[in-house]
Amino acid sequence: MSQVHFISFDGTRRSVETPIGENLMRAATDNAVPGIDGDCGGQCACATCHVFVSAPWAERLPVMQKNENDILEFTNERSGSSRLACQIIMTTELDGIEVHMPECQH
Amino acid sequence: MKLSHAEIQASARAEAFAMPIEQIDPGSPDYFENDTVGHYFERLRRDDPVHHCNSALYGSYWSVTRFQDIMHVDTHHGIYSSDWTNGGIAITEPPPGEAKLQMFIAMDPPRHDVQRKAVQPIVAPGNLANLQSMIRERTCQVLDGLPRNETFNWVDHVSIELTTLMLATLFDFPLKDRHLLTHWSDVATSNKDIDPNALTREERLAELHKMAAYFTRLWNERVNASPGSDLISMMAHNPETRNMSPQEFMGNLVLLIVGGNDTTRNSMTGGLLALHNNPAEWDKLRNNPALVDNMVSEIIRWQTPLAHMRRTALQDTELGGKHIQKGDKVVMWYLSGNRDEEAIPNASQFIIDRPRARQHLSFGFGIHRCVGNRLAEMQLRILWEEIQKRFPVIEVVAEPVRVRSPFVRGFTELMVRIPT
Repeated sequence: MSQVHFISFDGTRRSVETPIGENLMRAATDNAVPGIDGDCGGQCACATCHVFVSAPWAERLPVMQKNENDILEFTNERSGSSRLACQIIMTTELDGIEVHMPECQH
Repeated sequence: MKLSHAEIQASARAEAFAMPIEQIDPGSPDYFENDTVGHYFERLRRDDPVHHCNSALYGSYWSVTRFQDIMHVDTHHGIYSSDWTNGGIAITEPPPGEAKLQMFIAMDPPRHDVQRKAVQPIVAPGNLANLQSMIRERTCQVLDGLPRNETFNWVDHVSIELTTLMLATLFDFPLKDRHLLTHWSDVATSNKDIDPNALTREERLAELHKMAAYFTRLWNERVNASPGSDLISMMAHNPETRNMSPQEFMGNLVLLIVGGNDTTRNSMTGGLLALHNNPAEWDKLRNNPALVDNMVSEIIRWQTPLAHMRRTALQDTELGGKHIQKGDKVVMWYLSGNRDEEAIPNASQFIIDRPRARQHLSFGFGIHRCVGNRLAEMQLRILWEEIQKRFPVIEVVAEPVRVRSPFVRGFTELMVRIPT
């Protein structure tokens, strides 16, 4: 199991344990972390698991594919650190990862 | 002698499971007027999930009936086009020669992307927060003004009234003329081939031109004023949409009027009907009012206000074991996918506290996913919060009258009575 820290828009920090191989959207929804919806169930189809990932974690994430990029375009506050949580799979390298949530999912 | 609702359902179910499968044309308007289409979808999901038919009404088309296949089509916009030049997003098409409505729901990237992004800010978190208290105020006013102890049509008094007020606000449209928004929305989605009571094509086009003229007047007033937070001002001030052609302007207006209108309207009606038909669920809500958020998602799944969305294949491709040819019409039946037991446990039941209630197809998925979905949910949530404060009981006193359309899944009449 590894640790993920979800930081909501108002600064509240929630830490959850999640198995290696699980995606971060499921880590949030399985643990009732508010602020991530995952309406499509993790199929890169809705952008309601939008998160912001900064250094040093951002560099350790898998390269963004075209379909993730296409969907992220339609979030309201896309930034250079935007990713979809459902496309981030937990590894030992990401133990302790911090992700920030937007004001709301769209 | 008129058959009862139960007899109609039983007869349709028997037919759906006995008829030769190649004859099933799930878009048949009768199935939607009688709400019997579910039986045909159930047969197709089981026996022919990606189903071809040659329809007298719609020509040759594929029906996609399972949740995952629909998800696949929705998320592969490079293969399955929405573009109006290929036939657009509905099972019916305007006849050759008639000007087709150009709206971003019926465009592919890159043009789709620039136009969608121009209107997206209307539902940004800050704007939604601003709209909330106004929505609640109006909801309270409408509910407090309802007749008590007498029968009335919920569709007119509540569903149409509230959604039209909302739409008028989004456009900053003169409130005294807001009935025109309902009228234009209904005209835009009507089709005389399907509903004999609809306007003729010429009449329909004439009405849409009047709509365009009215909005052009508003545009001209606002394009030179300072930018406002209404949809017209947004489009008029955004460099990407400021110089839209008249056809695109009319198309996007229709999109925003229809998209924000009968869908929410029919969910407001459908939710009441669903609770009436499932009294144990209404008890759950009374005992735990906090279930309202989850219930709103379940209502939207249950109602599936747009029964389908259509695509056109841009290349030969495979789907569900079938070979789709370039140019083929492919219809994603959201209404069927929303009842697919393989994707949604107990899909045929209305369960207001079901887990993963947000995982339904009613808003679509992919780049065309409904841009107003959070606004729709907010309106429904506020409606049910305020109903709960006021009316422990709302009686539905007759079977609903449904819209005769394979596209808009809705109601023209739901007669109710609120006891004092």
